[in-house]
Amino acid sequence: MTAAVGIADVSKRFRVFREKPTSLKARLLTSRSRAEDFWALRDVSFDVAEGSTLGLIGHNGSGKTTLLKCVAGILRPTSGAVTQRGRLAALLELGAGFHPELTGRENVYLNASFLGLSRKETDAAYESIVDFAELEEFMDNQVKFYSSGMLVRLGFAVAVHVDPEVLLIDEVLAVGDEAFQAKCIDRVRTFQREGRTIVLVTHALDTVREICDRAVMLHHGVVHAIGAPDDVVREMRYVLLGQIDEGFVPEEGTREAEIAAVEIVRADGRSEGHVLRDDPFTILVDVRANQPVEDLDADFQILDGATNHPVLEARTSAAGVEIARFEGKKRVRFRVSAFPYNPGKYWITIGLSSRRTGLLYHVQTQRYLVEVIDVPRVQERVEVPVEIEVEDL
Amino acid sequence: MTATSGTVERTSEPPRLRVGARLRVLFAHREILANLIRKELKVKYTASVLGAVWSLLNPLVYLAVFTFVARVLGAGIPDFPVYLLSGLLAWNLFSAALTSGASSVLDNSNLVKKVAFPHEILPLSVVGVALVDFVLQTVVLFVFILVSGYGFHWPELALWPLAFLTLLVVTVALSLWFSAVNVRYRDVGHLLSIALIVWFWATPIVYAGYQVQELAEERAGDVPWFALYFLNPMASIVGGFQRALYGVVWPEGSATPVLFDVSLGWLAGVLGIVLVASIVLLRLTWGAFFNRSADFAEEL
Repeated sequence: MTAAVGIADVSKRFRVFREKPTSLKARLLTSRSRAEDFWALRDVSFDVAEGSTLGLIGHNGSGKTTLLKCVAGILRPTSGAVTQRGRLAALLELGAGFHPELTGRENVYLNASFLGLSRKETDAAYESIVDFAELEEFMDNQVKFYSSGMLVRLGFAVAVHVDPEVLLIDEVLAVGDEAFQAKCIDRVRTFQREGRTIVLVTHALDTVREICDRAVMLHHGVVHAIGAPDDVVREMRYVLLGQIDEGFVPEEGTREAEIAAVEIVRADGRSEGHVLRDDPFTILVDVRANQPVEDLDADFQILDGATNHPVLEARTSAAGVEIARFEGKKRVRFRVSAFPYNPGKYWITIGLSSRRTGLLYHVQTQRYLVEVIDVPRVQERVEVPVEIEVEDL
Repeated sequence: MTATSGTVERTSEPPRLRVGARLRVLFAHREILANLIRKELKVKYTASVLGAVWSLLNPLVYLAVFTFVARVLGAGIPDFPVYLLSGLLAWNLFSAALTSGASSVLDNSNLVKKVAFPHEILPLSVVGVALVDFVLQTVVLFVFILVSGYGFHWPELALWPLAFLTLLVVTVALSLWFSAVNVRYRDVGHLLSIALIVWFWATPIVYAGYQVQELAEERAGDVPWFALYFLNPMASIVGGFQRALYGVVWPEGSATPVLFDVSLGWLAGVLGIVLVASIVLLRLTWGAFFNRSADFAEEL
């Protein structure tokens, strides 16, 4: 596999001018412009294999769009190099070049030329573009009479008819209602089948897991994670959640009682990070009370790594298990009798709190990971009742 | 059509202009240029009932007014409408292209920030629009010259292509430069509009070129004042258009010559030198534009 896009040590510095001299006067009067450096990208390196789809994720301001613009040749990297093979089209905005005074038809041609389609190619694709946009009867109206929804549809219709070998998509998919988004994802799948290389910038983490072969997570301009979409998305969620409390705080609490150790043990007594679907497993929580603790309440919560929704939780107090006043160590066993959820990755949050006041002693948010795997089993013979009927015709 | 088949490398190196390669890139993107010019013309004329007729109306009105004014006031230049328009149309192309060319990159900042395309296309499209108007108006002038019985002069007319080519090169060169500089220093646009007023009156368009020559020769001395006058490229270009269309240096009924009293060969020579200088200028401004254009998206 050769790389369609190679990104080698790319850094991008922006000059943030407190007062940018935009006139000659200002230029002449201020001997040196006071610029502050802002590094949007720092030594970013990775390759995008030919025919693969790469998801680029990261929170706002992490440098995703800047990187995309460097690849597209809109921005010049401050250092490093981008190599790119084959025809490239960058969809950073829908309807680039649209002019309100022009008709829908004229705008299609104008916009298509910016996306690298020749007049002939646009002629050939025109019917299909109009179909996709569902705007047959409006194509000869000036687009200033279009609703914003119609404009988006037209812009997207042109965009999906581009014919590049490398396609850069920035957040463009995040427009329109769900039906329209489904249509767009569909289109991306078609691009994939056609063997095109795609780099997709998006906030929709589920989209990344669904359609990407690989993912890269940028964090403050550096590559924070790279690899299989599932892993990178999980890392992204981890970072996002860690940031709820300013920075990186997956743990909190007063620490009167502490979580000393946690272990996830399978039915066969081993703890290897993954369990079989439908099998029982046990969450062992070792608690250390640094001072006498009267009303300890221990709980766990399991969250689906894909959706971040809690799927299972339990709490000693709710189960009627009372932990008497103690100092020193205790072990709590949560025996999960079966785990009938979809295969995938699940995050486990462990918490220790006060039964009476709700005060948090120690919480580790989504600190532990368990992967549920589904092993294909030989179908056993099962007796199923069969009803038989005969009727006259 | 993106024409970047093969491997492209983008580095931190400031781009150096390679004329041949860049021309190929521009040629590959010619449809953007054509579409932009079409768009400008459409937008300019689409909401008006008469459309492009407005562009033709402008020289027609000039012709009518100045035919009338010249009759009534008995201005010093015989066949003043032909004299005026032969120079004015060239000037209009130049000044319109420069004025809107200077703001062409700024006005399209959204495109520059979101789409990768050769930015030269923006000032070029402005020149293209001005060129369309110029051609339409020149047709009106040519028709007038034929219909009014003024007639064409040969071999003077042969100067027209040379003057036209020089005008085009100068206009493109300066439009490129102003559009690039205007991105960083926004008052270049204002400066330009003032400079164009001064420049207009420093060029023999509404007055006779010979007046300048007379003035220069009176103070002759050792300094070749008159030759220095042609440092203003528009003087030689407009002079060339006037010689090509107005034709006669010293028309009957005039007390003094109207056009520069120089031989056709001399004027052609000056135009040739200006053309060569403009091509050098174009190479320089294009290089400067290209160099800066890599950072346009950042600076806008």
